[in-house]
Parts: sequence; structure tokens; C-alpha cells
Amino acid sequence: MTSMSFDELLPLIFIGLMGVSLLVYVVSDGYDLGVGMLMHRATPEERDTMVASIGPFWDANETWLVLGVGLLLVAFPKAHGLVLSELYLPTALMLVGLILRGAAFDFRVKAKAGRKAMWDRLFIAGSMLASVCQGWMLGRYISGFGEGWNYPVFAGAIAVALPMAYALLGATWLVMKTDGPLQDKAVEWSKIAWPPMVLGLILISMATPWISETVRERWFTLPAMIAVASIPVTAGIALVTVRVLLGSLAVRGGLCWLPFALLVLVFFLSFLGLSYSIYPFVVIDKLTVWEAASSPDSLKVILIGVCVTLPVIVAYTAFSYRVFRGKTIKLDYA
Amino acid sequence: MDAVFLARMQFAANITFHILFPSISIALGWVLLFFRLKHLRATDPQQKLDWLRAYRLWTKVFALTFALGVVSGVTMSFQFGTNWPGYMERVGNIAGPLLSYEVLTAFFLEAGFLGVMLFGHRRVGEMVHLGATFLVAFGTLMSAFWILALNSWMQTPAGYEIVNGQFHARSWLEIIFNPSFPYRLVHMMLASALTCAFLLIGISAWQLLKGVATDSASRVLRTGLVFAALAAPAQMMAGDLHGLNTLKHQPQKIAAMEGIWETTRGAPLLLFAIPDDAARTNHFEVAVPKLASLILRHDADGELKGLNEFPSAHPPVFAVFWCFRIMVGMGILMLLVSWVGLWRHWRDGWDFSRMPRPMLWLFAGMTFAGWVATIAGWYVTEIGRQPFIVSGLIRTADVASRVPSSSIAVTFAIYVAVYLALLAAYVGVLKYMAETADKKPYANVKVSPAGEPQQYQRRGEFA
Repeated sequence: MTSMSFDELLPLIFIGLMGVSLLVYVVSDGYDLGVGMLMHRATPEERDTMVASIGPFWDANETWLVLGVGLLLVAFPKAHGLVLSELYLPTALMLVGLILRGAAFDFRVKAKAGRKAMWDRLFIAGSMLASVCQGWMLGRYISGFGEGWNYPVFAGAIAVALPMAYALLGATWLVMKTDGPLQDKAVEWSKIAWPPMVLGLILISMATPWISETVRERWFTLPAMIAVASIPVTAGIALVTVRVLLGSLAVRGGLCWLPFALLVLVFFLSFLGLSYSIYPFVVIDKLTVWEAASSPDSLKVILIGVCVTLPVIVAYTAFSYRVFRGKTIKLDYA
Repeated sequence: MDAVFLARMQFAANITFHILFPSISIALGWVLLFFRLKHLRATDPQQKLDWLRAYRLWTKVFALTFALGVVSGVTMSFQFGTNWPGYMERVGNIAGPLLSYEVLTAFFLEAGFLGVMLFGHRRVGEMVHLGATFLVAFGTLMSAFWILALNSWMQTPAGYEIVNGQFHARSWLEIIFNPSFPYRLVHMMLASALTCAFLLIGISAWQLLKGVATDSASRVLRTGLVFAALAAPAQMMAGDLHGLNTLKHQPQKIAAMEGIWETTRGAPLLLFAIPDDAARTNHFEVAVPKLASLILRHDADGELKGLNEFPSAHPPVFAVFWCFRIMVGMGILMLLVSWVGLWRHWRDGWDFSRMPRPMLWLFAGMTFAGWVATIAGWYVTEIGRQPFIVSGLIRTADVASRVPSSSIAVTFAIYVAVYLALLAAYVGVLKYMAETADKKPYANVKVSPAGEPQQYQRRGEFA
């Protein structure tokens, strides 16, 4: 690769930032959407604890979606137009899901006691709707919005697999953040969500090379194949370790954080793999990063803001997680 | 129906729903800080408890309001792109950085410290908690700063250059501090102050009427009255200055607000009229001679430009004309109610038990007066910008979505249904929280003069 000018490098920096924002969103809102979906299997008291475990965080988690989509809009307006026109209806439904969820979250404890069950149902339904829509959108996006019978079937499969991945993430979050009977339940939920999540991951990994010649060549040509094989191999080891841990007693003790941490690693590796597949496109085989990018001048202005604020954001996010570390106790307004 | 019209309706529905919540939370954040400081500095145990109760109730209101603002705001961030894709393609270089700075400096700040502010008191020290409350309030202010900078730039664009149809930034200072921005920022801050003040007044009056009030409600009512009595006249002055600014930069908007079709010297102020866009005239005018010229030109014979000077480039008149009158009417009403209320309260020896019930009913009836004025005001300024999305430069119809109108119609219907249901739930829950706020057991709240953390050991309802 010849050396790039800074202006040519800018779109790459921004696709990286956007990708990282969306990854942080998927992991962080993923666990709280997962917890929301799992609530339909919990008792009213357990539901309170589950909501308390995500209460201080969900708001900030959702902000990463605004940042990710904002960067797509701002840095790659052409891609934004293409992607969101293709995904218009699922996007709108996902937003309805997120609205219901966010509203129900606050209403459930402030409304009359008799209405709590209704808000809980809306909270669960909103979490499911948002997760299923995100799965469908991911499926359509990584298959390049292709036409034909097989594409919707594939997107449909991902629309089931991603909520399962979120449920697994949410269940392992609860394993880490709770104890007693709820923690036992969370371990069982994790075991149930594990197989479909793994299946979904395999499906996604096979889909992109199957659809795109460029992607196939990139993954299955020696010697690069040996180097990049480390991504799926590591992810596989992590997933198997998660499953083994779930079957052991350690997960109820000092290692309660490990399944969640390993799953975050799996999400990170999947993101790396996907980026490796798609690069240098924003929309596979249709639009490259440079074709879609906006003017370098305004990207530089945004970059300055990002460089100044992102470390601060990371610092106070870490502070918030530190304040609410450890097992979840009841939340009080005070 | 055509896609542009539906896209506009959908976007309008969303921003109308959205602005309800920031217009409360921007000011309420600072009010909470005030309650907290009063609680900490009070020496009398009863007073200390009163302010704490006020803080607790209104923190819940804040949490609920903030959550609804966030979820409708997330929707808005998507709708910029889905409804107006051409907008970002043409002015993305200017709108993009402003929106990014809003996310980076405001959204994360609010969301990051909200958890600590709402639930963190027993886990962090008093100063850290106060700091978190301050940062959340500051975050809402920053959010308003950036989004109003962008909105004002669309009204009075400055500091840009156009290269091959694309807008590029020439001076960021001129873009941010464009001619209408300082006026719009102040006008909106005061609108939030009034909206929040009348919410405080209305809900506390409701508690008094229902016989569920404690001294805490009286303190909140007094705070609201003083707050409103100060903000209302300030808002009138700010609104007048904003109007003069609009006259200078967007005379067609003023012409629509005043229903002036032909350029006139000594233009009358219309108290009532039915503007007819098709016939290009007004019906049933009730007017005060020369007053519009006097207000806007500070000269009874001053000249005001008429709509006919702006063929096919002026806003629809009926909506702008009437929304303006609703906004001003509500403003005057809020001024009168807050001043008369405060005067009466002083006459009663600062004792609400002597306040006449009709007065309390009036207070309660005006709980959401700020919402009506704020929305009417935004309609004036946003409909008043039409048919342009960037004043005088880009027409709204040219940047609208290419999504089929059936898709827009379906999602529009879903959004409206969800919004109406949530609005009803919001108002219902505010009423419920007001009526039950002081029925919750407070017996186990130990108040210590120094404000040690033990008073927060109460395990009550959560989240």
C-alpha cells in the first residue's frame, strides 16, 4: 500500500470510529435489551432486580447508537441515504421498540401499582421488537441488500439469532450482577441461548464470503488465511469456554464476570471479522468508504471534537460503572 | 398524499412530541440543584425535610421526562436522515459537526451522570452527587446550545460558502453565532423556565386542592410563582428583541405573523383575522391602528413589508398568524397569573391555606400552559421558515425522502398512536405521583442537622 495523505486517511478514521460506536452500542445496549427480553421468564421481584441492574446504564448505552448513526449521517451521507432507505420500515419499528422500552422503564415504577404488569409487558415487547429489527437490519446489511428468496430467509435467521445473542449477553450480565436464585436462573437462561447464538454466528460468518467474491478471496487465500483464521478460532475457544463455565460451579462464585467478559470478546472478534470482510466498502460491493465520505474539512472539525471528548466520555462512563459495581441492590431516588 | 407532505407531518409530529420534554427538563435540572442546595443549607429539621421531599418528587418527574426526551430524541436523530436525506447531502458539512458536538458534549454528559444523579446518592459523597446533578443540568443546556445553533443557522444562515451546490464552512464562529442564535437561545431558555415554573405551580396547586399537600408543596408552589413572575416579563422582552431580529433577517415571517399582505406604512395590529392564503387577503379583521408599526419599527408610521413582496417564497399565513397569537396570548396569561398569584400570596401572609380555591384551580389549570406557548412558538418559527429548509437557499421539497409515501404514512400512523398514548400516560402518572407523593411512609426518614448520609438509608421503591 502506498502512503495515504491525511485527507484520504480521514474516511478510514471515521469508519473506524463509527464501527467502534456501533460495536459499543451492540454490546452495551445488547446486554440491557437481553435483560429486558429475559424478564418474561422472571417473577415480579426478580424483574425489579433485573431492571435495577441496568437502570443506571441504559441511557448512556443508547447514546452510542445516536453517535454511530450520527457519524454515518455526518461522515458518510451517501451511505446513510442508501442504508436507511433500504431499511426504512425495520428502522421505524426498531425505534418504536426503543421508545416503548425506554418509556416503560420509567413508567413501570411510577404508575399505579396495578398498571405495573402492563408496563412490564411493554418493556419486554419493546426489547424484543428492537432486537428482532436490529437482527433483520444486520442480516440485510451484511448480505448487501440482495434480491431473491434466499436473502430474506437469511435476514430472518439473523433476526432470530441476534436477539438470542443479546439474551445470552443479558443472561451472563445477570450472572455477574446478581446472586441467589436469580443467578441460578440466569445460568439456565444462558445455557438455552447459547446454541442459537453460536449457530447465528456461524451463519453470518459463512454468508459474506458466499455472497461476495471479493470477501471469499480475502478469507480463503493463502497465506492470509492462516493469519485471519486466528479470529474465528479465538472466538470459537471463547464460546466453548463460556459453555464450560456455565456448567461449572465457578460461575456462581469468583468467576461470575468471566462469561460476560468472554462474550464481549466474541462480539469484538466478530466485529473485526466483519470489518475485514467488508473493507473498503461501506455497503458491500456498492459503495466504498471514500466514495461515501463527506468533505475532509468538516471531518477534521468533528475529529477534533472526538479527540477531546471521547477520552472524557470513556472516563466518566468508567466512573459510572465503578459507582454501581458489584452485585445489584435496590435502586433508590435520593 | 404526496411524500413531501407526509414526511413533513411525520417530522413535525416527532419534534412536537420531543420538545415537550426538553422544555421541562432544561430548567428542571437547575431547579433540582436549587432544591438540593436548599435542603443541604436548611438548619431547621422540618425545612430540611420539606426540601428533601420536593427534591425526591421532582427527581422522579425529571427521570420520567428525561427518558421520554431521550427516546423521542433517538427517533429524531434517525429522522434527519430518513425524512430529509438531501438535507444532509447538501449541508452535511455544516449540520454534521454541530450535531456531532451535541452528541459528544451533551448527550453523553447527561446520560453518563444521570445514573449517578438518580440512584447514586448512597454510593458517592454529597459533593460528587451535587456535581453529577450539576453536570446533568449543564448537559441539557449544552444540548440546547448546539441544536439551537443549527436551527438558527437554518433560519439565518451565515459563515458558509457554496461550492458545486455543496455547502462548506467558511467561519465556524459565524455559523454558530449566526444572527438569530443568541435571541433564539435566550427565548428558548426562558420558555423552558416558564414551562417548568408552571408545572411546579400547577402540580403543587393540585396537591393543595386534593388535600394531599404538605409544607413541601407550599415551598415548591412559592418557588414556581417567583420563578414564573421573574421569567414572564423577561420572556416578553426577549421575545420582542427576537421579533425585531426576525424582522431584519426574515421579514416574510413577520409579515405572515402579522397578516400583512401589502407593504404598509403605519400597519395596524390585528387582534383577530382569518387570513386566506388563496384569496391573498384577511377576513373579519379586528385591528388596532398603527400598533404593529409602532411595536416593530418603534414608529407609528414605520413601513412593514407585505407578503406580496415575496411571491412563492413566503410561509403559509393562517398557521403562522394564529400560532403567534396563541403564543403571545399564553405569555400574557402566564405573566398575569404569576403576578396576581404572587401578590395574593403576599397579601395572605405567605400562607397557601388562605389562598382562594378558584385561584388554586386556575394554577392547576395552567399546569401545561408552557407547553402550549412553546409549541405555538416553535410552529411560528418553523412554519414561518417554509417553503425553505435553509432560509432562502434550499427548499424543503427538494431535499425530501424518496421513500414511498405508503411507508411514510404507515410509520407516521404508528408514531402518532404511540406518542398520544405515551403523552396520556405521562400526564396520568404526573397526577398520580402528585397525589401519592407525600403518602409514602417517611416515618423512617431520620433527618440530621448536618445532613449525614444516614437519612438516605430508606429502602423504598426503586428505579
